[in-house]
Order: sequence, then structure tokens, then C-alpha cells
Amino acid sequence: MTTPQDGHAIRAEHVSRHFEMGETVIRAVDDITLEVVRGEFLALLGASGSGKSTLLNLLAGLDRPTSGAVFVESRNLAEMSPLELARYRSRTVGMVFQAFNLLPRMTLEENVELPLRLAEIDRAERHARVREALECVGLAGRLAHRPSELSGGEQQRAALARALVNRPSILLADEPTGNLDSKTGLEVMNLLDEFKRGLGMTIVMVTHEAPLADRYADRIAVVADGKLVKDGVRQ
Amino acid sequence: MKIGDLAELAVRNLREALLRNSLTTIGVAVGVASLVAMLSLGVGLQQFTNKRLANSGLFNAIFVAPRTNFAGFIRGNHAPAAHPLPLTEAARLEMAKLPGVVQVYPEIRFITEVRFNHIPYTTVVSSVPSSDRNDVAFQKMQGRFFTGLDADEAILRMGFAHQLSKDTASLIGRDLVLHYAAREPLTAQTEANDAGTSSAANSSSGSSSGGFSIVPKTTKLRIVGIVEHQPGEGFGGFRDSQVYIPLHVAQTLQATQVSDLQQMLQGHSRQRTYASLTVRVKTSAQVPGVEKEIKKMGFRTFSLFDASRNLRLLFALLDLLLGIFGSLALAVATLGIVNTLVMAILERRREIGVLKALGAADADVKQIFFAEAGVMGVLGGVVGVGLGWFIGRMINLGTNYYLHQHKLPSVNISAVPWWLALGAIAFAVGVSLAAGIYPAARAAKLNPVEALRYE
Ligand SMILES: Nc1ncnc2c1ncn2[C@@H]1O[C@H](COP(=O)(O)OP(=O)(O)O)[C@@H](O)[C@H]1O
Ligand SMILES: [Mg+2]
Repeated sequence: MTTPQDGHAIRAEHVSRHFEMGETVIRAVDDITLEVVRGEFLALLGASGSGKSTLLNLLAGLDRPTSGAVFVESRNLAEMSPLELARYRSRTVGMVFQAFNLLPRMTLEENVELPLRLAEIDRAERHARVREALECVGLAGRLAHRPSELSGGEQQRAALARALVNRPSILLADEPTGNLDSKTGLEVMNLLDEFKRGLGMTIVMVTHEAPLADRYADRIAVVADGKLVKDGVRQ
Repeated sequence: MKIGDLAELAVRNLREALLRNSLTTIGVAVGVASLVAMLSLGVGLQQFTNKRLANSGLFNAIFVAPRTNFAGFIRGNHAPAAHPLPLTEAARLEMAKLPGVVQVYPEIRFITEVRFNHIPYTTVVSSVPSSDRNDVAFQKMQGRFFTGLDADEAILRMGFAHQLSKDTASLIGRDLVLHYAAREPLTAQTEANDAGTSSAANSSSGSSSGGFSIVPKTTKLRIVGIVEHQPGEGFGGFRDSQVYIPLHVAQTLQATQVSDLQQMLQGHSRQRTYASLTVRVKTSAQVPGVEKEIKKMGFRTFSLFDASRNLRLLFALLDLLLGIFGSLALAVATLGIVNTLVMAILERRREIGVLKALGAADADVKQIFFAEAGVMGVLGGVVGVGLGWFIGRMINLGTNYYLHQHKLPSVNISAVPWWLALGAIAFAVGVSLAAGIYPAARAAKLNPVEALRYE
């Protein structure tokens, strides 16, 4: 196994994730090798069911590959204990989803505070960091609101604030604009672009919308049937 | 996660499904209440009985008698191995020196004539040791207990007081004249000093009976109190006397007792001996040790200590039974917690997935559900203890109402001591946490990828 080069934030080597469904085996991710450079914005493009989310979950350490290895900042996720993986998700990566996944029973402030609680950040520091993160996404005035009181775009921005609040170096976004109209979708994309430029974050975004990928990503990797079919810097 | 955050999140989560979680918590509270009410009855009854027993003086007393008490009567049976060891004053002092012994005293009892307003009455007079002060009979008396051990005072039984006057309360403070037969040794004159307390000593033709002569005497006693029941209840009418006088006064009177006759027959009347002695020890736990020592000295002993041990065993069993019945409701409440938490997991699948994606370890998820179970346990426990106490009070109130209706003295049969309250809350929390084990483990094991899949 080759050691990952220093410049790589993420490096997936011959990663496969197979699901056994009775007799048949679903190869959701099938022998993908992929590198993401630090500070790069990579778009994972592909049709529905092509295995994009499964690959993203492997990078997030939420799932373990059937074979192959994932290195993130020179650390092999396969060698991490469940507790280390939890810590990795807490400190190194931030995640946003198509369904926003804000906890409906909590206010925005409590939602954004959640990763800080899990990381056992001091109470005194939390408040300032929650404010800062919500200011970043333009929702500082809505601390006490519940997700249901927000529009879709606002909810996704709040989810971005929650993903950011622990200051991770990598952002993993699974179809963040999938539930949004094109205008609010662009707002979210602009925020991602800001994070990349302003905070130097590495971003991997799953999408099936080629125009968005074309416009914002540094590089586009196309996935089909669990395989990487095209990987290149956009023109 | 930190404890404070866990508790905060738990309360937060419980508040969301308020109705369901309240009902579950009330279930726990009712379970704890039934446990507390049951045990408070057990504890209350035990305290009540213990107090009565301690006051009766039955369980910290040893009764001592010579080894073969009545063998002397039957001449034919008289063993050649001399007389049984007599209970002498020296033996009494020796027993008093044993560790744990509070007092060793004889039972002095004689039939005599008392005069009140110059009218004679024949009655039985008994001595009362100072340790009887706490006897229930003297705690609920009219007037008061003796001022001192050698005060020339008397306490009357209510029945006798009624014979003396319709208005029994007016008797207190009045004088009673005791006419009795005193023994005086024929040879020595020394004991004449002892009769000094007698107000009037009159010696004339006392009938001689071997070692001493019997001389009629009188003494004046002030009535200080009237008791309803006889002290030392439970001795089986051992002391069915009408007039009680302090032990020391009784001893100095040197009145002739029934047992003297016995001594005369046995032929060692020269030395003053006792037919029996009562040994009081500090606590009932010391009874067996002291009893063994006295047996070694060569006397017969009798105590109710073994009987009290059985009683304690009975109460332990009663508490156990009451506890088991009380716990049944709590067991049912536990199932309620399991059910509520399992339902919460089904509803909060996505939330659990999100938590894991945000960096929650399995242990964090487990702790969140544990904390929710624990908070329900604490709330249920606290409310339940209050409720249980209230139920106990109600039972007490009902019982006392019934007793009052039947003109019986009121009792306290329910008690919630602090250890029961704290224990019940701790038990509720423990049981709730145990109920949380399965749901929490299930929540922690939930696969985040599946939980997060967009539906
Ligand atoms: N846990 C699973 N069990 C069985 N099949 C799965 C599971 N997760 C994903 N799949 C299958 O793997 C394939 C890829 O899914 P996914 O990664 O969600 O695709 P995408 O995100 O590109 O739409 C699909 O055919 C899906 O049905
Ligand atoms: Mg997907």
C-alpha cells in the first residue's frame, strides 16, 4: 500500500462497498481510487443510485469499505476504532445532507451547538462560536427559531453553520441543493465557495446537477454504477 | 458528553413528548409510592412495636432465681447436696457489677392495711425500681413519678383510687398511712436504724418465728400519682398491686413478705435473701452475655431475648413481603420505561443518525438514552416518595379514626425515615437505568447510514 502524499486531504485506494441482498451482491462502490488535494472543491457527479452517497459515507467514516482503504490527512480510517472514528467525524469533517437533517425539536442555536456539546467544548466558548457560525451563513438573528419556522434555503444554511462550527478541515456535502429551488441553491453554493476561499476548506460535494458542478467545482469526478468513469479538472 | 449537557439534553428531549413521558414518569412515581407506602407501614409498625416492647422492659430484663426454687418444700426430694445457692445481698451486688447491668433489684410485695381518712383498706403494695420510670404505665399517669428513690411517696392504681374517693384527682398530695408487719431480728438490734424512715415504730409482742420477730408498724406516704394500667404489663399479672412505692422505701420498711415464710422453712433465715431478682441491662443485645455470667454464678435465669429475636425475624419477613408487593408496581412501571424509550428510538432514528454524523460515539448515544431513563427515574422517585408518604399518612389517619371510634389510643403505624426516602429514590433511578439498558444499547447500535438514508 502506498503512503499518501502530503498534499492530499483525502485519498481512497481501490475502495469497494458491496451490499449482499440475499443471493445478489450490490456493488454500490466498486474499486474506486480517488485523491482530493487540500483546499480543493471536488464535485462527485452521477445519476441517482450510482453510489455517490455510499462513497461519501465511506469518506466520512460513517461506513467501512468492504475492501480498499481510505486515508484522510495521512490517517487510515480502517485502522481507527469506533471511538476514534467518532472523534474524526467530530473534529475533522463536517457534513451536510440533502434533507438538511436539523433536529426539529431544537432551536437553531441548539442545533448548531450540538457538535460543540459532543466535542465537549466549554459552555462559555460555545455561545460565541454558535453566533459566529450563524453569522457566517447570515442567520444570526434567528437563534431562537425552530427549523420548521425557516425556509428550505435557510435550513440548509443553518445545517452548514452546524457543519462548520467545530472548524473542520473537510466538508462533505450530499446533494446540498437537491431540495432547493435554483435561486436558493445558488445561495448555498456561494456559501460553499466562500468556505473554500475564506477558510481554505477541502470540499467534496455530491450532486447530479452538472451545471452546478461545472460552475463551482475545481474538479469533477463522474461515478456510474459504483465505478469512477471520468476524473478531471474542469475546462 | 459532559454530565450537565446530558442531563440538559435529556430534560429537553423528555419535554418534547411531554404527555407520553409524563405518563411514564407517573407510572414510576406510582410504583415508588406503592413501595414507600408498603415499607412505611412495615417500618411504622416495627417502630411502634419496638417502642412498646422497650417501654415494657421485657427485653432488657433478666429474671434471676435460686436454682431449685421450690424443691425445699418437698422434704423427701431434698437432695443431700446442701441447699440451693441463696440469692443474697452479696450475690445481688456481684450481679450489679457485671458489664452492661444498669440495676439489680428485688420484687418486694406485701399484703397490708392502708388507712385513708381513718378508713382501713387491705391491699397489695409493690416496689417500683427507678428503671421503671419509662414504663408506659408511668408515662400516661395522672400526677407524676416518685421524686426520689427514697421518697415516702405512693402511686395508686386507678381502681384503688376510686375506692378511696370519687374525685381521684383530689387524692394527689394527700397522705396514706401504711400499717404493715415488719421483721426484726431477735438477736441483733442493728436493723432498728433501717426502720428510721418509718414515721412511727411500735414494737410490742411480736410473734417469734425462729430468726426474727414480726412487729406491727406504720408509715405515712404522700400520694403523688395515679396509674391506669399496672407497670410491667405482660408479666402475666405478676404485679397486680394497688399501691406502688419506691424500691428503696420498700426495702427499708423490712415488711414481711410471702417469700419469708419459705426462707423460714428452708432454715437460713439469719441472712436476708431474695426470692427472685430482676437484672436490667442497657440494651437487649447485652442480655445473653449477662445471662451467661449469672448462670455461671449458680442461679436460674429467664429472659425474653429469644422471643424478641423471633419478633425481629418476623418483622424482617414482613418488610420483605411488603417490599415485594410494593415492588410489583415498580416492575410494571419499568416496562413502561422500556416501552417509552423503544418507541422514542423508532421515532428518533434519524436524530440518532444525525448525532453520529456530527461526531457522537456509540457511548454518547447510549448515555443520552440512559440520561432520559435516569431523569424519569429521579422525577418518578421524588414524586413517588412524596405520594407514598401521603398514602402512609392517609392510612395512619384512617386507622386512628377507626381507633378513635372504638375509644382506643391513637398510634403511629406509618413512618418514612430518611433512609427509606433516599433509598426509594435511588432504587427508582437504579431500576429506571436498568430499564434503559436495552433501549440505550439498541439506539447506540443503530447504523447511521441506514438511519440517514433519504426517504
Ligand atoms: N444499506 C444498503 N443496503 C443495500 N443496498 C444499498 C444500501 N445503501 C445503498 N445501496 C444501494 O447502493 C446503490 C448506491 O446507492 P447510493 O450510494 O445511495 O446512490 P446515490 O447516492 O448515487 O443515489 C443503490 O443501488 C442502493 O440501492
Ligand atoms: Mg444519494
